[in-house]
Amino acid sequence: MTAPATTTDRTAPTGGRGVASLYAGNSRAVMARGWRATRSSNWMIVVSGFFEPIFYLLSMGIGLGALVGEVATADGDVSYAAYIAPALLAVAAMNGAIYDSTWNVFFKMNFAKLYEGMLATSLGPLDVALGEISLALLRGAFYASGFLLVMQALGLNLSWWALLALPAVLLIAFGFASLGMAITSYMKTFQQMDWINFVLLPMFLLSATFFPITVYPQAVQWIIQAMPLWHGVELVRGLTTGAVHWGLLWHVLYYAVMIVVGVVFTTKRLRALFLD
Amino acid sequence: MPAPVITARDLRKQYEDVAAVDGISFEVSPGESFGLLGPNGAGKSTTMRMVGAVSTRTSGDLEILGLDPNAHGPDIRSQLGVVPQADNLDTELRVRENLLVYGRYFGLPRRTIAERADELLAFAQLEEKSKAKVDALSGGMKRRLTIARALINDPRILLLDEPTTGLDPQARHILWDRLFRLKEQGTTLVLTTHYMDEAEQLCDRLIVVDHGRIMAEGTPAELIRAHSSREVLEVRFGADRNAEVAKRLEGVGDRIEVLPDRILVYSANGEAELVRITEAGLHPITSLVRRSSLEDVFLRLTGRSLIE
Amino acid sequence: MSAESPRQQATDAPGAPRPETARALAAGTRPRRFGAWYVAEHRFRVMRSYLQTMLATGIGSPIIYLYGLGAGLASLIDAPVASQPGAEGVPYLVFVAPALLASAAITVATEEFSYPIMLGYKWNPTFTGMHASPIRPGQIVDGIVISVTVRILATSAVYYLFMLLFGAVPSPLGYLAVLAATLGGLAFGHLLMAYVSTLEQDTGQIALVMRFLVLPMTLFSGTFFPLSQLPWFLQPIGWVSPLWHATELSRVFAYGYPEPLWLTVVHVVVLVAMAAVGWIASRRIAARRLGR
Repeated sequence: MTAPATTTDRTAPTGGRGVASLYAGNSRAVMARGWRATRSSNWMIVVSGFFEPIFYLLSMGIGLGALVGEVATADGDVSYAAYIAPALLAVAAMNGAIYDSTWNVFFKMNFAKLYEGMLATSLGPLDVALGEISLALLRGAFYASGFLLVMQALGLNLSWWALLALPAVLLIAFGFASLGMAITSYMKTFQQMDWINFVLLPMFLLSATFFPITVYPQAVQWIIQAMPLWHGVELVRGLTTGAVHWGLLWHVLYYAVMIVVGVVFTTKRLRALFLD
Repeated sequence: MPAPVITARDLRKQYEDVAAVDGISFEVSPGESFGLLGPNGAGKSTTMRMVGAVSTRTSGDLEILGLDPNAHGPDIRSQLGVVPQADNLDTELRVRENLLVYGRYFGLPRRTIAERADELLAFAQLEEKSKAKVDALSGGMKRRLTIARALINDPRILLLDEPTTGLDPQARHILWDRLFRLKEQGTTLVLTTHYMDEAEQLCDRLIVVDHGRIMAEGTPAELIRAHSSREVLEVRFGADRNAEVAKRLEGVGDRIEVLPDRILVYSANGEAELVRITEAGLHPITSLVRRSSLEDVFLRLTGRSLIE
Repeated sequence: MSAESPRQQATDAPGAPRPETARALAAGTRPRRFGAWYVAEHRFRVMRSYLQTMLATGIGSPIIYLYGLGAGLASLIDAPVASQPGAEGVPYLVFVAPALLASAAITVATEEFSYPIMLGYKWNPTFTGMHASPIRPGQIVDGIVISVTVRILATSAVYYLFMLLFGAVPSPLGYLAVLAATLGGLAFGHLLMAYVSTLEQDTGQIALVMRFLVLPMTLFSGTFFPLSQLPWFLQPIGWVSPLWHATELSRVFAYGYPEPLWLTVVHVVVLVAMAAVGWIASRRIAARRLGR
């Protein structure tokens, strides 16, 4: 996944400042710092995030699976575990990305005053944004690859298309990381941050994660389909169960737009906060 | 002589194998302003916490307002106001709310607390901030709010642990002014500090503490008279020459103290000593004659300076 | 001696108790008796500052869970759910609702007994401030317990109302499930508070507790499916889990879940014991930590 550098043109206010004032081509420095900080302090927490979807898979797949039996999808029946596993994979990518791009960023912005220091160097706001987002992305990728292996071991990858689930998951993580950071950059208090969780919870429960959304009235379905997680779940489920069709590209487009919007707003906001 | 409000005899506090307070005895009379002067880690804060009836002594006797803190913690604390070294205001509440909830801890009626809160906000010059969030206050304002909070129960004794550490000079002077007023009203003040100017300004009497023991006791003037000369001459010859020059200064002044960056010459007449030094053919880069301070007393007693 | 305040002239009559001593003893009585309530008052005032979030989660989560799982998962599970193979079953919504209630109580307890405790001891040491007043360390713990109990009770009561609206409570004794859930919240919460009180620094321990204790507890405590569905070696997780005991107890009240009476008694005893042990330990740790 390469950074969409073209998007920066739109954020440049005048021809005179251009991309150079936003981007020094050194987001690696930001990532390196984040990696160092993670290694020295909370690597256990980072690793522990890997277990979260596995707990869900074991609990729901084994326990609930026995009550549910098979789930009917567009391409035939699959076991309940095979039905929820791709959804949990998408959720894992989302959670990894969200944690690093929201709470972590919020803390760095408001308490550690980290970005203020970074932007006082030759780094531009886009370096910071891309560096932080890439770090979140790495973490999402780490969770996702681990979980894919677990799925393989449990025989829940039903098709070779499952290999494509890894880039798909990176796309999902990128989308959540960039949008998450953009939203966080507008937040001022812990209480406001709580609202992020408040949106995440229903999205997690209702986005065809544990049961098809067809059980809901049409209006509710539309709301769910407007939210990002549903697109991620459908995309990954299509790949791991082998139900691949051209329609999956709509989900990819959704995430592409989400990434662009997230990066643009994060960069804008960081500049407004620290440079203007 | 009225009965002392605080009596400590051979007070000790042992942490594992470290004696934080190692046999301290002192008395504080009502209305007195009493100071504990010493460097960081001397045992001042630990002593304050024992006097504040929150830390249990390892041995020795301690009586506050005629009561033993081991048995009467809540009763004693009902008569104290405590300004801790680090502000512990509730940052989740607003300025005035901090006073209101704290007043309740003393079991005071809500109306009494509300009236006192308004008086104290005025006293602390924080009336306009009454609805502000604590985090939005400056360091000096937070300190004043902490002092206001400590006064909500109309305490007999106010304990202040490093009241002005970390404040800028202007904020310090505002704070000293407030503490003077309390002193004038007859509140007993007990404070720790490692600033000698603060001790000289605020304390009627003080003890110099180091390594958990009392090194000296008296009024600031007495201490200076007993342990230092009237004046001090400070001369600098450059960091690499001071030690060498010091050897040639033997016999100059009552006593000489060599610090890394300067030489201190203790004498009743600093100017005269400077003349003697120049006549000996030595020419300091800079020289300064000043009055003796508690810093010099401390240096004399411990061989170390207060702020290292 | 500098000041000539009126106070000191009144003192010092040898033999007779000194007036300031008498004054101290008098002023100490109310805090000795009501100190815990004063602390609770303080906590309520703090809670008011996040009232919005509390209301939103308090009302939002029962709707989302009961609707999401009731309408969603229930549509996949047509057969009645029975706790033991062969026993008489109930609809999935009725089965899962008491568990969601107990789980909500534990969520609130987890929230209130984790970071706020760390906050009070360390990050914003309000406990030190309270202890400098006549309040004793044990009373600080008691006050927090009082205030959180009220919040859990209120949250559970709201949850219960939504359960009624969703038609998830067949039994007339269902309201007792609110008490069962609250007890479960306190059982886990007090133990958590005791643990957090021992932390000198949070280098991620609390987050790890959430991941490796709270989450598995939620998933493997017979919450979304009967414990008997799990392989035998995973079932002991339920037996030591306060959530399982609280859930089973809530089920007994909410729909007359068939279990032997001794087991119901065991649920109550286990929960009360956990709550008591956690509470006593928290008080001891508070006294030790604040009195150093």
